[in-house]
Amino acid sequence: MAQDSQELVHKVQLSAQDSAVRALVLTGFGINCEEEIAAAYRLAGAQATIVHLNQVLHGAVSIHDFDVLTFPGGFSFGDDLGSGVVLANKLRYRQTGPGGRTLLDDIKQFVADGKFVLGICNGFQVLVKLGLLPNLGGDVTPEVTLTHNASGRYEDRWVRLRVHPRTTTPFLKGLDVLEVPVRHGEGRLVVPDAATRGALEAAGLNCLSYIDAAGDGTSEYPHNPNGADLNCAGLTDPTGQVFGLMPHPEAFLSAFNHPDWARRRRQNPGAPEEGEGLRIFRNIVEHIAQKHSVLAS
Amino acid sequence: MEPTTHTIQLTLKPGQHDGDGHRVAAAAARHLGLATGRVRTAARYTVRYGALSTEQLRAFATRCLADPVLHDVTLNEAVAPVPGFAAYILVARGPGVTDDEGTSAQNALADFLNEPLDTHTQHIFSKRLYLLENDLPTADLRRLAEELLGNKMINRFEVGRVADGIRDYTPRPGGGAEAITETISLTGLSDGALVQLSKDNIYALNLEEMRAVRDYYAAADTQATRRAQGLPADPTDCELEIIAQTWSEHCKHKEFSAVINYRDLATGEEKQIDSLFKTYIKDATSEVDRQLRANGNDWLVKVFSDNAGAVRINADSLFVWKVETHNSPSAIDPYGGAITGILGNNRDPLATGIGGARLLFNTNVLCFGNPDYDGPLLTGQLHPRRILEGVRKGIEDGGNKSGVPTVNGAIVFDDRYRGKPLVYCGTGAVMPMQFAGLDSWEKKIDAGDRIVMAGGRVGKDGIHGATFSSIELDESAPATAVQIGSPITQKLAMDFLLLAARRGLLKCSTDNGAGGLSSSVGELAGISGGAVVELEKVPLKYPGLRPWEIFVSESQERFTLVVEPGRMAELLALGQEMEVELTDIGHFTNDGSLDVNFDGQPVARLALEFLHDGVPRKTLAAEYEKPVATEPAIPAQTDYTDTLRQLLGALNICSREAVIRQYDHEVKGRTIVKPLMGATGQAPQDAAVVRFNFESWEGVAVSNGILPRYGDLDAYQMSAGSFDEAVRQIIAVGGKLPNLTPGDGIFWSVNDNFCVPDSVYDPAINPDGKQKLAKLVQMCEALRDATAAYCIPLTSGKDSMKNDFKADGVKISVPPTVLYSMTAKMEDVRRAITSDFKEPGDVVYLLGETYDELGGSEFYALHGELGAQVPQVRFAEAKALYTLIGQANDGALIQSCHDLSDGGLAVALAEATFGYGCGASVELPATGLSLAAQLFSESHSRFVATVAPADVVAFEALLGGRATRLGTVTDDGQLAVRHAGQTVIGAPTTELRHTWSNGPVNQLLGVDELAGFGETTGH
Repeated sequence: MAQDSQELVHKVQLSAQDSAVRALVLTGFGINCEEEIAAAYRLAGAQATIVHLNQVLHGAVSIHDFDVLTFPGGFSFGDDLGSGVVLANKLRYRQTGPGGRTLLDDIKQFVADGKFVLGICNGFQVLVKLGLLPNLGGDVTPEVTLTHNASGRYEDRWVRLRVHPRTTTPFLKGLDVLEVPVRHGEGRLVVPDAATRGALEAAGLNCLSYIDAAGDGTSEYPHNPNGADLNCAGLTDPTGQVFGLMPHPEAFLSAFNHPDWARRRRQNPGAPEEGEGLRIFRNIVEHIAQKHSVLAS
Repeated sequence: MEPTTHTIQLTLKPGQHDGDGHRVAAAAARHLGLATGRVRTAARYTVRYGALSTEQLRAFATRCLADPVLHDVTLNEAVAPVPGFAAYILVARGPGVTDDEGTSAQNALADFLNEPLDTHTQHIFSKRLYLLENDLPTADLRRLAEELLGNKMINRFEVGRVADGIRDYTPRPGGGAEAITETISLTGLSDGALVQLSKDNIYALNLEEMRAVRDYYAAADTQATRRAQGLPADPTDCELEIIAQTWSEHCKHKEFSAVINYRDLATGEEKQIDSLFKTYIKDATSEVDRQLRANGNDWLVKVFSDNAGAVRINADSLFVWKVETHNSPSAIDPYGGAITGILGNNRDPLATGIGGARLLFNTNVLCFGNPDYDGPLLTGQLHPRRILEGVRKGIEDGGNKSGVPTVNGAIVFDDRYRGKPLVYCGTGAVMPMQFAGLDSWEKKIDAGDRIVMAGGRVGKDGIHGATFSSIELDESAPATAVQIGSPITQKLAMDFLLLAARRGLLKCSTDNGAGGLSSSVGELAGISGGAVVELEKVPLKYPGLRPWEIFVSESQERFTLVVEPGRMAELLALGQEMEVELTDIGHFTNDGSLDVNFDGQPVARLALEFLHDGVPRKTLAAEYEKPVATEPAIPAQTDYTDTLRQLLGALNICSREAVIRQYDHEVKGRTIVKPLMGATGQAPQDAAVVRFNFESWEGVAVSNGILPRYGDLDAYQMSAGSFDEAVRQIIAVGGKLPNLTPGDGIFWSVNDNFCVPDSVYDPAINPDGKQKLAKLVQMCEALRDATAAYCIPLTSGKDSMKNDFKADGVKISVPPTVLYSMTAKMEDVRRAITSDFKEPGDVVYLLGETYDELGGSEFYALHGELGAQVPQVRFAEAKALYTLIGQANDGALIQSCHDLSDGGLAVALAEATFGYGCGASVELPATGLSLAAQLFSESHSRFVATVAPADVVAFEALLGGRATRLGTVTDDGQLAVRHAGQTVIGAPTTELRHTWSNGPVNQLLGVDELAGFGETTGH
């Protein structure tokens, strides 16, 4: 059930021989950022396919035909039990194949194959509730959580992020500071103990931090919009292949998405028309394309 | 066998922040004066599922419901009181009330057990438990429950002492009332009895209409036909309900179609108006369309004939635009009213033509009483603060959870909205010109096509919504008129509809809104010429609905689809795959009648001709008397800095940031001009700009014009001014007027929404009805003049005619209000203009002329005065100026542009500094106007604009006398306004911004300090 049938045909024709980077973008059941994420991948040069979750759960589409699996933002299943909970539950327990196989089993295999998983906002919440992030212990059990913002409110506001210097994830290669909007009510990362905090820090898995005007990590509202532990806006797993973040890079594909675009363009009329958020998608698409070309040669 | 009932309770682990508890404690102290002490919250789930063992229950609770980092889990008997808490409040839902959280838990249980759990029977009931440290008396607990934690229309509360044990409440399944259809004899009923019957059954039909129904059934040919068809001689309950729904003011717009005898008491002029709708709206748009087409602009595709109007964006796609109100439901259940308002309005563009448009954005305009109102409340009346908070939350969930950005809006405060608030919801969408080779905007139906109901199930919610909103509200408002929205149910149905349309599976579709199936099938039947519905097939939320209730229920999130028989199998398979319930409930015919059966027995059979055209036309009287008004004598001042501060902190001017930020205004990634912009993220903008997709830079500008205060002085100018306000907001962001050049293709699409008090004269209950109706006539005349002047067409609209709240012998009526919601094509969104000053050295201009028009102004309101000289719209001058501004923008000559509205020039200048903290140094010209008029007059069709020094010569040459050079943007962060050598306003702009952003609205919503994004950087 790809959203556009011709895209699906396109995908099938290309799948065997083509070296294009193939991005799978899940949708359905309240996910609502699939269109702009697909646009982000396409602008970055990948082939993006939007697929309804049931197509994957029922076996009509295999995630293994793709290079990067994406969980977009939204309100999966209404988020009534806590953001991402019902979707994570479905991936963990709903049997999709013989022998009690679940989609989570497939995702583990997907990661073991060296492929990539991206979760944004609600998608990040799903990866955290599943235990795919941060997965310090390697056994995919939840180690941290995301819950209600300290303000108690859903908020849409732009924030500034710094990339952890020790992060190894290809998604963030070459990036230092990034501006993006947050749009969530449950984005406060809670790390339950000092040991976990230490382990995250040591490995640089807390790959994105909210920073203040001076460029320092901050717990101050509104620069840190939710009161997250470690001022953390995003996590990777130890392989760097699984990456999730609360803010929305796909909402900054064009320079004209930024709230201050008009003044910035006045000051710098020749600046690129691309938004900073697109760089994350360019990074991963280039990284995968490079891997493909190495394999091909 | 009765399934076992289990209870699961989740409490936060010690040390985890209980934000909800903190908020309840703070709100109880702040709004109710109740000292709760600490408040702890817990989530409770009652599980009624037969086959579940205790071990499965525990595993389900700990692995699926609880967050291992946050929650402790207790089960059944182990649900024990928490030490240190004396009182409790349990908030549950009433029987049949939508419980999305319970449904989600049920979904999780099905996944966990790997069983296809029947999600249409409620097995899990969610509740919220609040534990209070202080031992509050029962009355206080109940007050807290009813005023802060829930609404007694939809919730059930248990309160008491923890020591006495926590009482639980779980709704029982429906009682299984019989599916009976009764007949109601109208034969020989007196006028009084007819009116009483209409009132008792909430038909909302007047005497003349009831007589028409009685006479129709008494007519010999009706009798003969009914006998021949085996129908009872008397009407069935279902038939009367269908007639009442179809003839309701809400659905039929009887007052906008009435004959009006109008008299101007001052001039003695008399005239007869043959339908307001036809005269001032439909005919005016036809004339605009004629002018457009004559000039090669043929983008007006669909007006007034479907759920939403449609205009052509380009060769491939249409823009679909609809704005509606949801006032009555929002008065009694603000959250439910607003959320169903949004979702219901979303369904209009979704189900225009074939259906399946992609929603692009929402916009909302809200009118409330003063949230600080401290007078008495009438029976059944909610406090304005509660209405505001509930409506705001409803918009948050309705928009955010649907993935539709709320790109702008407005909030208007006036104490006359404290009985009934006005909740306007607008939705824009994009639809391909064709689906599977068929024109997407057409609705075609042939006999034999199937009727399919898609989406939610039917319950008792929303029964009589259409008729109920057609009468004034009183203390006996029926609980069943409340509808609860489920954004997630609608999102699934919406995703399905998009795909079904693109696969060519739909012939057409419509939404089930007011009037439910009765309205949707009744209207569609008009296309083919008849329909047969098998009501027993309609899936119910619970048993116990009578046939007529099933047919008129307004249970939400439903669409009616028209499907060719050959497409049914593919359609049903798609529904199953996407988990959207589809039910074939009948088919269309061409025999001229609407047939409704239950279990093979007829419950209604109505001739479509009578149903759609049988309603008697109303004749109404209007009399206009100009209100007596005088200009006040307000002593002149030499320094107006404090006045400006007061205005920036005034309820109708201050920042709405705390509201705006809780709406997602950028999901879909297409929003270019958002409600708040600039480096600070705090500069208010005039109109939103949204691009259509990621492949082109084409987009649409969106604005709203509403100025109810001026109506106290002059209803015509109020309406004209509202129209102009919306136009100039679009001009301010870089939009252009339509039809200035042949074939320019710049579409404009406008929705009018009239919300007025009861305007039907009645000597006893509405003695000033003629005057109110005269005001409505004038508002419509202004609308006609405005559309003609700017050549801007209306494409759809709505009227809400009974915005009165009556209780305890008191009536609170809204002021006559009209909202114009405008959209206009932007050729290139990169050329959009924002309101904030960009660079020191830029030259500041006032565009347009200022007049001595302080009547109805915020400046006068500050002094408790209304005044007399209301701002006039001078259409020809305005159009000339807007055309010049469009030309200046073509040359990229304008750096910032902000329209002048509430608070006049002084407020606009201050707001333009909020984006970056620039200052401005301004010298007011010598004119014949008073200083107060120069600063605070709200004369229409004006802007503050800035121009880069290099462009000044070209700009002045183009604008000529229409631009008055005021001064320059400065880097000293001071707003300095001088007049005749004296400083009349002088203040740091950060301080002014602080005053504006810490005004009453943000204070009310508990935002202590709104620091802006990056405001201290960049210099």
